[in-house]
Amino acid sequence: MKYYRNLSISQKQVVWAWTFLALPVLFYVVIRFAPTANAILLSFQKWNLLGAREWVGLDNYVKLYNDPVFWKVFRNTFVYLILGTPASLVISFFIAYHLDKTRFLHSTLRALYFLPFLTSTVAMAWVWRWFYQPVPIGLFNNFIASMGFQQIAFLNSTTNALPAILVPAVWAGLGFQIIIFMAGLRAIPTSYYEAARIDGVSNWTTLWEITLPLLKPTIVFLVVFSSISFLRIFDQVFNMTTNNPGGPLNSTKPLVLMIYQTAFSSFDMGYAAAQTVVLFAVLLTVSLVQLRLMRDR
Amino acid sequence: MKAIRTLTLAATTSLAALLAAGSAGAVEIEYWQYIFDARITAMDKLIANFQAANPGITVKQSTFPYADYRTKVAAAIPAGEGPDVVQLFYGWLNDYVQADLIQPLPESTFPAARIEAEFFPMVQAMKIDGQYMALPTAVRSLALFYNTRLFAEAGITAPPATLAEMVEIAQKLTKKDGAGNITSEGITSGMTAQDHQWLREVLFRQFGAVPYTDDYRTVTYNTPEGAAALAFYTSLEQTLGVTSSTFMDEPQAAFKAGRAGMHIDGSFRIGALRDTRGLEWAVAELPAGPDGTQSNYASYWVNAITTKAEGEKYDAAVKFMDYITSDEAMQIWLETVGELPAKPSAALTPANIADPVYGPFIKGLGYGHATIFADETGQRQVLVDAVSRIFLQGQSPANSLAAAAAAEQALLDGYYKK
Repeated sequence: MKYYRNLSISQKQVVWAWTFLALPVLFYVVIRFAPTANAILLSFQKWNLLGAREWVGLDNYVKLYNDPVFWKVFRNTFVYLILGTPASLVISFFIAYHLDKTRFLHSTLRALYFLPFLTSTVAMAWVWRWFYQPVPIGLFNNFIASMGFQQIAFLNSTTNALPAILVPAVWAGLGFQIIIFMAGLRAIPTSYYEAARIDGVSNWTTLWEITLPLLKPTIVFLVVFSSISFLRIFDQVFNMTTNNPGGPLNSTKPLVLMIYQTAFSSFDMGYAAAQTVVLFAVLLTVSLVQLRLMRDR
Repeated sequence: MKAIRTLTLAATTSLAALLAAGSAGAVEIEYWQYIFDARITAMDKLIANFQAANPGITVKQSTFPYADYRTKVAAAIPAGEGPDVVQLFYGWLNDYVQADLIQPLPESTFPAARIEAEFFPMVQAMKIDGQYMALPTAVRSLALFYNTRLFAEAGITAPPATLAEMVEIAQKLTKKDGAGNITSEGITSGMTAQDHQWLREVLFRQFGAVPYTDDYRTVTYNTPEGAAALAFYTSLEQTLGVTSSTFMDEPQAAFKAGRAGMHIDGSFRIGALRDTRGLEWAVAELPAGPDGTQSNYASYWVNAITTKAEGEKYDAAVKFMDYITSDEAMQIWLETVGELPAKPSAALTPANIADPVYGPFIKGLGYGHATIFADETGQRQVLVDAVSRIFLQGQSPANSLAAAAAAEQALLDGYYKK
């Protein structure tokens, strides 16, 4: 007690700050950092959930490097990212930009776009799975067949399956991105637009020179947010292809699904942990690179 | 401070003594299985009968969701908690033995010679280094379900006895729309359902290939005969057009909806089909191969005594194991769960064989094989991919099978490498 009394005001502030911080710090250490460290440790071990862990050094990483399925899955993960992120951003910006100018039924339309985001991913994935079925039950194929065309193998195909799964994933994320974009659009001071109008600038130039540059913080946030969500894609893929998780010949399998199967079907926890460490490194790198690139030059 | 500590100590000691005194006359053992309603009911009946016959012993049943089951067992037993008798899938036996979670069944009560004489041969997969580690109460096998209404419509009177008849009937039953799309299948197919088992243990053998060496650690199906079996399977969809693996999402869904004439599935499907209103179905044995070979795939859940059981609990656990592997227990299990008895003496009773639904499954047990899986999901995927390569990439059955054999062997080698 005496020790505390002798501290200066700023030192006392530090003591109090740490007292209050202790709980969240403890929480993060126990709930986040300790398991993360444990997973990294586990990636150097062999463990089948039963029995003792066994030290195997870099074996899991060597196995990963030599596993053709891993590289296929690694590629798929980036295809989800590279197709999904730009597509979802462009579509959601387009909708938000026009919705922002619409007065008629504005709130209703906004709510309609937001609705898919509130729906359970699992339910949505199963509905889309049904859409994609062949005749006689699939919605899309029944329509295609009734028009007299050949059926399309949406999910049972090595080329169509990944885009077929990406479509509902993009659609489901639109609502959230539209809302964020609209908030960003509303935050741009109208004086800029007034000045542009007085100068007689075209709509296109206004969009290109005023709206987009001033939306940059919003875009940075959404790019990082949506990249992470595409790199972590799982629910849609798993639920739309439960019969053969990851699609025919792993055509749709993302890294997270491979981790799940390695851990909880094959019970190869060490190998799964090594995959997790790779995913962690990828997410970290992608996020850091994006934040740096999109920062103010 | 010290007084309180002494008091606490005294209280704890006396409480422990009290508990010990209470349990001196009666032994309580714990039984664990995962949540599956019919099995829990059946086990409750068995426990009631067992306790009535053994007044000194009580059995407490605990159940867990399937997803958590393995982790719970793994965490509890080394800590000296959890089950004395535990249920596990036969394919997991190796993992449990290596992790030192279960102990061998005592030779005195379960002599190996008696087990081999009394149980169906596939139970021998439970023998490790000459000792039986676990025994099933019930087993499951495959059979051919067929839609009697569709059969009658097509004027077919009897289910197919051979693969050739099966193909012929399937062709009569298949219905297509004007564009050639299937609207009702002759026979269902789907490697991700039970077809990989049918191919692995039935078709390979019927075409003259042996799928694995006896210890199931070496793949031996990569032969011209094996390729012929795979070619036969894929021809059902590719050239004969009597099935489509993507039809109605899942093979059992197509059969349940009355949109498929025949369907190969396990005895565990009986319950779901019985609950389907308006569906008229019957069961037949799996069709025999070109040279008349019959084969089947059988799988089962076993019960084992854990390393936690010691002393009087161990003795009680042995008695309990003895009861739940008795003919009486197996009959109760059949009536409650619909899973088949693991011993010919209980299974092959005149009433069971004559049963129109259980009969074909029970006959299948006599010539059934239980694959010893290292990683069932992984090994299933290998065959699923073999068929996908043929359908989607145009590979020949021989090449696809060679790739599958290499992949499965790599998987087995990785698992057994120690």
